[in-house]
Amino acid sequence: MIPEIGHYALILALCVAVVQGTLPIYGAAVGNSSLMAVAKPAARGQFLLVLLSFGCLAYAFAEKDFSVLYVAATSNSQLPLHYRLAAIWGAHEGSLLLWMFILSIWMVAVSFFSTHLPEAMRARILGVMGLVSVGFLLFMLTVSNPFERLIPAALDGRDLNPLLQDPGMVIHPPMLYMGYVGFSVAFSFAIAALLGGTLDAAWARWSRPWTTVAWCFMTVGVAMGSGWAYYELGWGGWWFWDPVENASFMPWLAGTALMHSLAVTDKRGGFKAWSVLLAIMAFSLSLLGTFLVRSGVLTSVHAFATDPKRGLFILVFLAVVIGGSLVLYAWRAPRVGLGGGFAMISREGMLLANNVLLVAALGSVLLGTLYPLFLDALDLGKISVGPPYFDTVFLPLMTPAIFLMGIGPLAQWKKASLPALAMRLRWAFGVSLATALVLPWVLGQWTPLISLGLLMAFWILTTILVDLRERLLQAEGGGGMGGRVATLPRAYWGMVVAHCGVALFIVGVTMVKGFEVEQDLRMNVGETAMLGGYTFHFDGTQQVNGPNYVAARGTFRVTQDGRDVTVMYPEKRRYFVQNQTMTEAAISPGLLRDLYVSLGEPLEGGAWSVRLYHKPFIDWIWGGCLVMASGGVLAVSDRRYRLAWRRKEAAVPATAQIARPTVS
Amino acid sequence: MTPRKKRFLLIGLGLGALAVASALVLNAFQSNLVFFYTPTQAANGDVPQGHSFRIGGMVEAGSLTREGDGLTVHFIVTDMAKRVPVTFKGILPDLFKEGKGVVAQGQLRADGAFLASEVLAKHDENYMPPEAADALAKAKTAGAQSSGTLVVNPR
Repeated sequence: MIPEIGHYALILALCVAVVQGTLPIYGAAVGNSSLMAVAKPAARGQFLLVLLSFGCLAYAFAEKDFSVLYVAATSNSQLPLHYRLAAIWGAHEGSLLLWMFILSIWMVAVSFFSTHLPEAMRARILGVMGLVSVGFLLFMLTVSNPFERLIPAALDGRDLNPLLQDPGMVIHPPMLYMGYVGFSVAFSFAIAALLGGTLDAAWARWSRPWTTVAWCFMTVGVAMGSGWAYYELGWGGWWFWDPVENASFMPWLAGTALMHSLAVTDKRGGFKAWSVLLAIMAFSLSLLGTFLVRSGVLTSVHAFATDPKRGLFILVFLAVVIGGSLVLYAWRAPRVGLGGGFAMISREGMLLANNVLLVAALGSVLLGTLYPLFLDALDLGKISVGPPYFDTVFLPLMTPAIFLMGIGPLAQWKKASLPALAMRLRWAFGVSLATALVLPWVLGQWTPLISLGLLMAFWILTTILVDLRERLLQAEGGGGMGGRVATLPRAYWGMVVAHCGVALFIVGVTMVKGFEVEQDLRMNVGETAMLGGYTFHFDGTQQVNGPNYVAARGTFRVTQDGRDVTVMYPEKRRYFVQNQTMTEAAISPGLLRDLYVSLGEPLEGGAWSVRLYHKPFIDWIWGGCLVMASGGVLAVSDRRYRLAWRRKEAAVPATAQIARPTVS
Repeated sequence: MTPRKKRFLLIGLGLGALAVASALVLNAFQSNLVFFYTPTQAANGDVPQGHSFRIGGMVEAGSLTREGDGLTVHFIVTDMAKRVPVTFKGILPDLFKEGKGVVAQGQLRADGAFLASEVLAKHDENYMPPEAADALAKAKTAGAQSSGTLVVNPR
């Protein structure tokens, strides 16, 4: 009964979505405000229906209802409750429901935090989101219904893939989806602007916080995926340039470019058409990512569906969304206008260059990801594009971008003087160059790449310091330093923090790539191995029993100069239901280094093949991403947005539609 | 400089940068493509010499042997028509099993043995890498005509 209610709720949600996607947009076109007013209640109603549906599926999982095909396929009676719930998005159908659920969350958020928008704008935004959800609901109801029954019911489920039975599974997919789907808001803003034909600084100011929030989720989501791969796959890699990773990385790059381009539209009214195009690109890539990962085109843990009907549906959907919005863009963008002019050497110019570099990087990732698929589809042979391709392309594209990242915030809008910038930044450059040349020697190994990485990181940090110092000296705050710090807007601090995050990230990558040590070896019980100044003592393995697996757990005592550092317990697990073996690495994390031990295979006499890693600064990679995301959060909390909203309202007090108090 | 000249200069610079970037990308792209071959192709010598490539098929049951260091392993990859001996030093992935599909990346040595730098056997128990499945299917159709004699004789 419960699954049928969930199914029925989805059908109702589709009906509501159709209404939401048509009436308000039509109303906005003909200026009928009662039709436009449908958007808000429709969005909220749709949210409640999808919530109900999601709750029904969750109930089926919690209650182990194996008469539901999807539950039987991805769950098992031995699976602990939190993984049973995470199994909701453990395969294709459920993850679509999650996508839909998150889309409805974003819609409801827009309906609450958009009281400051002109009614036609809001109606169009929610209308476009409604159309997107029509596509996804249709997809679910036609070819991937999570509530399909299995008659007769299975005695027990086939279990969740053991690779996915991990805390990462509980938060990584929802986080990432919040980012993916969040770009639908920026997309809807862009489409609404194209439909309305008005695109001004106010538009950019409205869509900026939404874009930034989605970008924050995306950043955390991608970082979590990377961290999960690092500890779960057992082999210490944090980024493989796997197509699935690229699928999440491409919208991130587009989103990053969009955020910076929107800053120019907001502050200077420039880059209008470009911002709109980037918004379309970011969401299209999110859809493409969903398609690549979920359609079975890519074979990996993430790919579940191999039903060709599904692939066809997503392809058509993709063509309609991307093709439709690009046609609309070609038709309407000339109206939107390009925005004001500027000199090549100016903050706009540098942001533009940064944007071009980011998009070029995006293009090269897209090429490397899709080219093998095309060849395969055309039956021209099977190839794969190796990680070295991405490494060699990415570094030369990102180096100038990082260099500009240091200068940009110091350059004036409209027109800046290069000699003056050079004077202001000479110390920053000197200090970072000297550090980059000397520090690797101190650390014991000099290679050009280590130096380059450190140069970039220190360049970002020192230019931030120069910028901060200049701004604080100019600031007129009472009460000394504290007052001056308070006068700088939070959006500025957000940028500073996010850029620091990039620096931390670069330090992490540079140090790991330059100084990590890895060793595969055979270890007998009682034997020791030396690695990175640490001594690993292998004390043998013993059997331990988990809820749905049995494991051999190794004991490694780690000492440094005779002092005990830690004891590590890597495991080799065998999960009962699918009879699958899993390597569960033991990691001893630290600010300056991670120690990483994983068990290979048992050899004769209690010996094991073992892999040991010493990974300096690896946690800085994810730490840097978290710092970036917190910079975004800081920027969104800027008072400026709220003030701007109120001003907008005060400016048009007569029109009844926006004279309501802001909820935010 | 007139605005017109300036614009041309800008466009020229932009196109130049684009050309350089594309050249870099395509060059890196060309040199990093990893091609996939079947054991039959490897056994017949239709593979690049001195270049890394991928080979896929089934791990022949009972073919896995391990050297004394516990790390160097030998096994045979087959598409049921031809067999290619593979040597790999390192830890095999969890899902590597005899009688299951596998994809290995590495180079073919002069003696016809494949020296793998990487062994890929991801995903779940019943999953067959598509490359490996493809190789098996190809060999099956080809087997209708050819006799399938072994060119490579593994030790």
